[in-house]
Amino acid sequence: MNEIDHKADVVIIGGGVNGCSLAYQLSKRGMKVVLCEKGYLCSGATGRCGAGIRQQWSTRENSELAIKSIQIFERLEQELGQDIGLRQGGYLIVVHDKSDMKQAKSNVNMQKALGLDVSILTPDEIVDIVPILDVNGMHAVGATFCPTDGHVDPFKTTHAYAQAAIKHGAQLYKFTKVVGIKKKNKRIDSVLTDRGKISTDFVINAAGAWSKQIAEMVGVKLPNKPFRKEILVTERVKPLFDAMVISFKDGIYFSQQEEGQVLGGIPIPNEKPGYLTAPTFDFLHHMAKTLARYAPPLKHVNVIRQWTGYYDVTPDALPIIGEVEGIKGFIQCNGFSGHGFMLSPMVTKILTAYIADGRTPHILKRLSLSRFKGKKIVREVSVVG
Amino acid sequence: MSDKIFICRCEDLTKEEIDQAIDEGYKTLEELKCKLRLGMGSCQGRGCLLLARRLLCQKTGKSTEEITVPPSRSPFIPVSIGTLASDKDE
Repeated sequence: MNEIDHKADVVIIGGGVNGCSLAYQLSKRGMKVVLCEKGYLCSGATGRCGAGIRQQWSTRENSELAIKSIQIFERLEQELGQDIGLRQGGYLIVVHDKSDMKQAKSNVNMQKALGLDVSILTPDEIVDIVPILDVNGMHAVGATFCPTDGHVDPFKTTHAYAQAAIKHGAQLYKFTKVVGIKKKNKRIDSVLTDRGKISTDFVINAAGAWSKQIAEMVGVKLPNKPFRKEILVTERVKPLFDAMVISFKDGIYFSQQEEGQVLGGIPIPNEKPGYLTAPTFDFLHHMAKTLARYAPPLKHVNVIRQWTGYYDVTPDALPIIGEVEGIKGFIQCNGFSGHGFMLSPMVTKILTAYIADGRTPHILKRLSLSRFKGKKIVREVSVVG
Repeated sequence: MSDKIFICRCEDLTKEEIDQAIDEGYKTLEELKCKLRLGMGSCQGRGCLLLARRLLCQKTGKSTEEITVPPSRSPFIPVSIGTLASDKDE
């Protein structure tokens, strides 16, 4: 391998969508950026995710970040000059009973106040939008629907960011492992990698499920826990539906991709945190059973592959972003709890404004690591997978 | 007859497309998979991954042992959702 640069303004740890987006934006602002990725780009959660983008959340923080992120996704192809596979077929969230409906109404009111086009559907309207669904099988009393939710291709997006970053002079080091971080007088001094040392003012911890270990290198304790999540994908079939279908109660999500394959996931009961990689038959069975109940015609479609990835989960299922108190230059961009891809455009924009211009929008304070210090937290409840 | 040489038949990938991606810096089978969907079709890479590995060897000068083949993912052969959903007694 070639010699690496030993000096940078910013070192980004993690070559997923967040790391590559930051590499692009910061290098575009004229900063000298180095990105270190222990595997290949997209080898972690980005390349294993369900590719959905949605704006329907229970907390204001996630809704705000997601709405602004989708506005950025809508103009990203033009900005980067490359296809990112954006398709807006909506997200249909199944509502199963009275208490579900109460939560749905409260979510929709909050989302509408933020300007989102979202509505509550009757069971008949559900099948108008996704004809293969069985309202009785799903035990649906209604649904919420937002037509501007949808899909983006995580590989295309991350590769497009990476290429744009390289054009602006960023160095992206694949297969380069960070082994230590040095601080001096309460500020970041340098990053140690298996290919040498890099002096820097800023370190961005965008290492997904490995962010906790990265933070420990400078004595910072993150509350994040890794959870194995499983997904399956079917063979390609003719276009059947456009929307992503999800249920918070059953934890299921599934959609049809651009090429025709149906892709989806569901948690298996009593899953414990930890670095487990093996896919399970329990998942295949539970997912297939639930899918057959939701969309009976899919019984005849073949599953060709299952795989796993990690959610980097925080106690409130909201990301940790911004500078850590007491260590100047140590920036968190992790704890996305399964939503890192869809929130990445806005989160990385906020962090770029902080690093390049010193701007601190209010949401940075609300999503800082210090929010966990002895205060009561409000958990995001609209979570699947 | 067309000059195109197909390497991955499920995803319609030609030798030319794979060579070009390798030149662009996608120098492992995993990266070619992410970039081109190589081996992600219904045969799950049985037909193409070893051929693509050969192209990688030729272009990078590496030996076959140095190029890792992505893990085979279950269920290994296509199985219908209906079959996977069925219980023992059904």
